[in-house]
Amino acid sequence: MKTEHPLRSILLFILLMLTALPLQADHLIMVRAHQPLPAALDSLKQTIQQQGYTVARVDMVNIGLLGMGYTSNKYRAVFFGKADEIEKLSRKYPQLTPYLPLRIAIFAEGDSTLLVTINPSTYHEFLAAREPAEIFNRWEKDIEQILSLMAERPGQAQQASGGK
Amino acid sequence: MQINRNPLHLSILIFFLFVAPGGSANAATEESELFAINCAACHGDNGDGGIGIPLALPDFLASVTDDYLFKTIRHGRPGRIMPAFQHLDDEQTWAIVRHIRSWSSGKVKLSPEGAPGDPEKGREIFARYCARCHGPLGKGGAGTGINFTRLHDHPVVAPGLNNPGFLAAASDQIIRTTLLKGRRGTPMLPAAKMGLSSQDVDDVVSYIRSFEKELQRPTKTAMVPAKPTLIATSTDSFAETVENIRQAISEKRLRIIRQHYLDDGLVAQGEENKKQLVIHFGSIQQINTLLTIDPRMGLFLPNRLTVMEQDDGKVMVTAVNPLRFGALFNNANLEHTSRELYKIYSAILEEVSE
Repeated sequence: MKTEHPLRSILLFILLMLTALPLQADHLIMVRAHQPLPAALDSLKQTIQQQGYTVARVDMVNIGLLGMGYTSNKYRAVFFGKADEIEKLSRKYPQLTPYLPLRIAIFAEGDSTLLVTINPSTYHEFLAAREPAEIFNRWEKDIEQILSLMAERPGQAQQASGGK
Repeated sequence: MQINRNPLHLSILIFFLFVAPGGSANAATEESELFAINCAACHGDNGDGGIGIPLALPDFLASVTDDYLFKTIRHGRPGRIMPAFQHLDDEQTWAIVRHIRSWSSGKVKLSPEGAPGDPEKGREIFARYCARCHGPLGKGGAGTGINFTRLHDHPVVAPGLNNPGFLAAASDQIIRTTLLKGRRGTPMLPAAKMGLSSQDVDDVVSYIRSFEKELQRPTKTAMVPAKPTLIATSTDSFAETVENIRQAISEKRLRIIRQHYLDDGLVAQGEENKKQLVIHFGSIQQINTLLTIDPRMGLFLPNRLTVMEQDDGKVMVTAVNPLRFGALFNNANLEHTSRELYKIYSAILEEVSE
């Protein structure tokens, strides 16, 4: 039986650390909602508002996907924020404007829906900590709360049976 | 990827871990809860796959050890979407392994250890039989698992073998077993059906293991991450800059999809800041290519440029830096398209700042 050389494990570990650093995916927050996309989209808008944010726009993302032969074009991006915060940060830090307002991409996967967003703490990293972390930490907490609520929402079938 | 860290979830977990009386039902709940929080968004509630590969395939579970699953969760797959879940401790990671293992009643059946192989011969065999799905350098197939652009009847995207996460997790015996037995439910055929001998298999294992040496060489991916934002300053007025951008986009045969003020929808209609304008542009082909490689890319599609006049009258144009996408999404397959996109953004910004 072959034995693994201890040096090999050490080298692999170092390699993993080196390669993983620039490619780490901790910047994303993602959940699965057990609702079809139209219902999940309605729930998301409602949940964002309940969390104290304004839904600015809901944009179509995959223009022409049907024309490319795909059988689904269920993809939207929901933009939201608080006007005063977006105004303040966009004036003070123009480099953040491509990432503002906050957004959640929402797309269908079979009967469920996936929701993904950039973790707002990433924006704080972009600023190299020139701005106090407070606002970004709050955004992170609020977004996690929004997405947690979305993940916990029962699907239509469960809702129907639960009502009986 | 960071999945929700709802304090309620954490409280439930802490309760099950430290307070609740022992019992298999509680343990199973804790295991499934951990899977739901950390894994289900990509792999599906029942492990039937999604953006992530399906885990509940009997052949997969019969050919990988618990140690493989543990290391895969711990180290992820750098550049292949699967993040490293280093915030989970050993106990939490083992709990997820047990949950994954609960989908199969069968035992792990590894093939016997092989003989030392010849990596050069393995390279030739790999090029002929494996590269079509796993890529000529074993980097894996492009795109993600099943999602709205890849439906359930599409084959699983071939995993990256030339990947430090895979190489750290998979023993030679696991690779050998997979080659010998194949994976039902995927395009991976047993070696014998492809006409390969046991020695051929050992040669391929040896070749795959040789990727480690290649990965140890310094590469461009270990560089400092690109700046998150591309910024240009225009010497023209706000209105002229907007017009110049629109013209530059059209000259590149790209479509202007929509434009609106940055605070559109956040403030009452008519009260928007008219000196902060967002222009969305792109091509259908480009958008769909990016969404097929990674459906999460919709966060930054269509392309967008923000034009703004600051209080001192200076006009600036900003855009996300596409060179950052690979790192943000842990997806090396985005790099080629991102570089193309970077050229487009840079060319437009250059024209504006001239």
